[in-house]
Amino acid sequence: MPLPSWWRAVLPEDWEEGGFGLYLHWPFCQSKCPYCDFNSHVSANIDQDRWAQAYLGEIDRIGALTAGRVLRSVFFGGGTPSLMEPALVDVILRKVRATWAWANDIEITLEANPTSVEAGRFAGFRAAGVNRVSMGVQALNDADLRALGRRHSLAEARAAFDVARGLFDRVSFDLIYARQDQTPAQWERELREALAMAVDHLSLYQLTIEEGTAFGDRFAVGKLHGLPDEDRAADMYLRTQEITAAAGMPGYEVSNHAKPGQESRHNLIYWRYGDYAGIGPGAHGRLTVGGQRMATEAHRAPAAWLEQVEQAGHGESLREPVDGQAQLTEMVMMGLRLHEGIDLARLGRLADRSGHDIYSNINGLRDIGMVDTDGGRLRLTEQGRPVLNAVLRRLLPD
Amino acid sequence: MTDLDHIRNFSIVAHIDHGKSTLADRLIQETGTVKDRDMKEQMLDSMDIERERGITIKANTVRIDYVADNGEAYVLNLIDTPGHVDFAYEVSRSMRAVEGSLLVVDSTQGVEAQTLANVYHALDADHEIVPVLNKIDLPASECDRIAAQIEDVIGIDASQALRVSAKTGEGIRATLEAIVHRLPAPRGDRDAPLKAMLVDSWYDAYLGVVVMIRVMDGVVRKGDRIRMMQTDALYGIDTLAVLKPQMVPIPELGPGEIGVFTASIKQVRDTRVGDTITHEKKGCAVALPGFKPAQPVVFCGLFPVDANQFEDLREAIDKLALNDASFSSEMETSAALGFGFRCGFLGLLHLEVIRDRLEREYDIDLITTAPSVVYHLFMKDGTVRDLHNPADMPDLTLVDHVEEPRIKATILVPDEYLGDVLKLCQDRRGVQLDLTYAGQRAMAVYDLPLNEVVFDFYDRLKSVTKGYASFDYAMTGYQEDNLVKMSVLVNDEPVDALSMMVHRDRAEMRGRAMVEKLKDLIPRHMFKIPIQAAIGSKVIARETLSALRKDVTAKCYGGDATRKRKLLDKQKAGKKKMRQFGKVEIPQEAFISALKMDS
Ligand SMILES: Nc1nc2c(ncn2[C@@H]2O[C@H](COP(=O)(O)OP(=O)(O)OP(=O)(O)O)[C@@H](O)[C@H]2O)c(=O)[nH]1
Ligand SMILES: C[S@@+](CC[C@H](N)C(=O)[O-])C[C@H]1O[C@@H](n2cnc3c(N)ncnc32)[C@H](O)[C@@H]1O
Ligand code: SF4
Ligand SMILES: [Mg+2]
Repeated sequence: MPLPSWWRAVLPEDWEEGGFGLYLHWPFCQSKCPYCDFNSHVSANIDQDRWAQAYLGEIDRIGALTAGRVLRSVFFGGGTPSLMEPALVDVILRKVRATWAWANDIEITLEANPTSVEAGRFAGFRAAGVNRVSMGVQALNDADLRALGRRHSLAEARAAFDVARGLFDRVSFDLIYARQDQTPAQWERELREALAMAVDHLSLYQLTIEEGTAFGDRFAVGKLHGLPDEDRAADMYLRTQEITAAAGMPGYEVSNHAKPGQESRHNLIYWRYGDYAGIGPGAHGRLTVGGQRMATEAHRAPAAWLEQVEQAGHGESLREPVDGQAQLTEMVMMGLRLHEGIDLARLGRLADRSGHDIYSNINGLRDIGMVDTDGGRLRLTEQGRPVLNAVLRRLLPD
Repeated sequence: MTDLDHIRNFSIVAHIDHGKSTLADRLIQETGTVKDRDMKEQMLDSMDIERERGITIKANTVRIDYVADNGEAYVLNLIDTPGHVDFAYEVSRSMRAVEGSLLVVDSTQGVEAQTLANVYHALDADHEIVPVLNKIDLPASECDRIAAQIEDVIGIDASQALRVSAKTGEGIRATLEAIVHRLPAPRGDRDAPLKAMLVDSWYDAYLGVVVMIRVMDGVVRKGDRIRMMQTDALYGIDTLAVLKPQMVPIPELGPGEIGVFTASIKQVRDTRVGDTITHEKKGCAVALPGFKPAQPVVFCGLFPVDANQFEDLREAIDKLALNDASFSSEMETSAALGFGFRCGFLGLLHLEVIRDRLEREYDIDLITTAPSVVYHLFMKDGTVRDLHNPADMPDLTLVDHVEEPRIKATILVPDEYLGDVLKLCQDRRGVQLDLTYAGQRAMAVYDLPLNEVVFDFYDRLKSVTKGYASFDYAMTGYQEDNLVKMSVLVNDEPVDALSMMVHRDRAEMRGRAMVEKLKDLIPRHMFKIPIQAAIGSKVIARETLSALRKDVTAKCYGGDATRKRKLLDKQKAGKKKMRQFGKVEIPQEAFISALKMDS
């Protein structure tokens, strides 16, 4: 039965269960890493003032659409946002402050590459209001850093990390594992070192070969050797879960580990399928406007984005409603990544609204031990976690 | 309208790839039937699948106007025929519409199995045969030796054999002259009641059903009311045309002529090849003898991947059957695959071609089940049943014994590969009937069970002989043997579409090969899957497909939501190419691939 319209105002909107955050994309890097398919570009002269104006304009525009909301998080992602001038970060955050009410515990993260150049800016970022950094350390030995095309040494990374740790309460870093020729034993040693370094959060990604990257091209012609097979990758993954949990940094998401309470609040908004505004080249957003969930996408090419913002007053290349089935898919796809899973009542509301029965699929998966529904939440079991994609194919309506 | 003396009708026949279609190209070109700029290689092979595989599947007719050296104008009707053994029916049928054959022999290869088979068909049809030695442009061409071989092996005079290169055009003029002077003119009576043979028909998206006829007696004109004598269907002729090779309207067709008509035919089943067409009024009294119906020898189930396409499939099969009288179909239901059709074919290539055409021309994704032959079941109660589908095999306690079809296979092969060929035949339960040598080639004649041949015998033969063997076969009859039904269980559930009849002595071997193949073909699932082959309740082979261990995307953030969702949608669409058996998804291609044997 459809709800009477006045109910709308009373019932919380779905996105509120995930909260509201702001993602800002800085699309430049000093060089392109061979594995990376993020929207990142190498450019010699960047007019940071021009970029500032564009970001500020976009914040105004999105602010008008989301007036009255409480902002839980701001995330400067990239590319390499640590290449931004602290002054640029500062004007942006001032604007953000003026546009939305901030949650008391607002999280403001900046992704940083661990080189000395950038470490020099950390104090400036802190002064601008950044309260968390996430560093792309990637590997804890120089040979592998080189193989991954990184421009920093391990020593540099450690130094940058120490600077960050001295300045910020919350520091996370990323490692890529299941690298070429990496044995499980080598990874275990490296992981233990990482845990010894870690402050409160760690992202541990298995190397993914993405199409359109240098690694992707090499892989396509059979020239990328030493990658683990499925069994080895599974073993390394399971071992990673055990070791991090024992060290007090259990996984809370497929590749993310934190001390309890120190999870990335920003990324939780994605996984809990909240609303997020995406500003900057190639940034995606999900925004509920007038009761309708919209997907937005911005131009990927930095110059095109900049020009469009200046000339048309927005950088979007796409804005389209996300229909019920797509929302259901996204909510499940994102939510099952989290160990906490998804509130079944919330899932049920969306499924009913889009006219899909997913309960029989859920039961089927529970029967084979892939998911459980204890405590009113749908979550993956330990068995289900490494095969999330297979679970999704089975779970979601066609 | 052309007088009989100035008409010549002939088919071009040969072993596969000896150059029939290329020769047809040159005849068409030399006579200016098609302008040079519109010519393309093997232009009569118009279906995509013919062009891709480089072989002719459907016989094609072209009318050519030729002014001979004696200054007289002739009408030549040429039928280019397929060479592969699976389409032999197409050849013998085409021959009924014409009076002579050009027997093309590749002068670098010599007489092959299909050369022989075609000669028999031509003799059956009372044809005048003109041998043509082709590919004389190639250095390996040995015309004298091959001419001698033709006389030796086939027993026809080859002293006057034409020597041509269908590639360069050398000898084409002489071929045209030979057609005029060495092939007989058709006979017929213009004043007799209309008697025309329905040679072929097909479905054209724009014109509807197109019917090809050869007029024997009388004259047919546009607007005439006609009767199909077998079906008693009445129609008015809308358009009348000849093929050059595109349709060119013509006011009438007289005796000896070949052409096509359309008549707003709705009931595709009304047009039966071999039927006699006459006028509604004052029709002829006696129909033509018609064609011997083709006997399908290989059967398999065709099921739409999308169950909603069942009706589309039915319609598509009807339309295709119109164009291919050698293929049969009846409805079938499978526990695993739902509604579909059990179809009969003349061989495996034929099966593949029909399946391909259904998929492409009618845009229907199909699942094909294991090919099978027709067994005779002698029941304990004294009755005899035909078994077309191994899934229907009744309880063994009710069956007294089983007979299987056997064939006589003729294989021509260069000496050096003979050993491998004999071994292959032996492995397939063959009994040698004859072994003779002609020069460096051996001719082996074997009695073989058809069920050992249908699946991949031809592929294996080609691979063990590097393509140098040629093969022809004819059904000989039925013979009792120790045949059992082997069923396949995936995750402990029988998959009816994979069950097959096998010889008891070969069951373990086939069962093992089957479960190993399936293990590779079925993707890992979230649980481990036992795969078993069994005879009755006795498991004869077993493999376990271990569970999927890792399939998870490492990174997924806000920007990935759309991209990853689309990826997932794509994967789910891929799932449609799978069939669900209990909890297990089996990819469609597994149903055929699982049966291919590597040895
Ligand atoms: N060198 C040379 N090649 C030829 C000649 N005639 C045909 N070929 C080649 O032989 C191959 C087979 O020719 P087709 O005309 O398709 O043979 P076909 O007999 O119609 O084959 P099917 O219809 O499949 O039985 C093609 O690659 C031709 O180009 C010739 O006179 N000389
Ligand atoms: C936006 S990127 C990195 C930000 C920053 N520019 C850096 O490189 O340190 C976020 C993280 O994703 C991870 N990542 C990127 N591409 C990856 C891939 N192909 N496979 C696994 N992890 C990858 C890396 O750990 C990287 O630090
Ligand atoms: S990994 Fe980081 S530094 Fe390397 S190209 Fe990607 S975004 Fe830039
Ligand atoms: Mg041909």
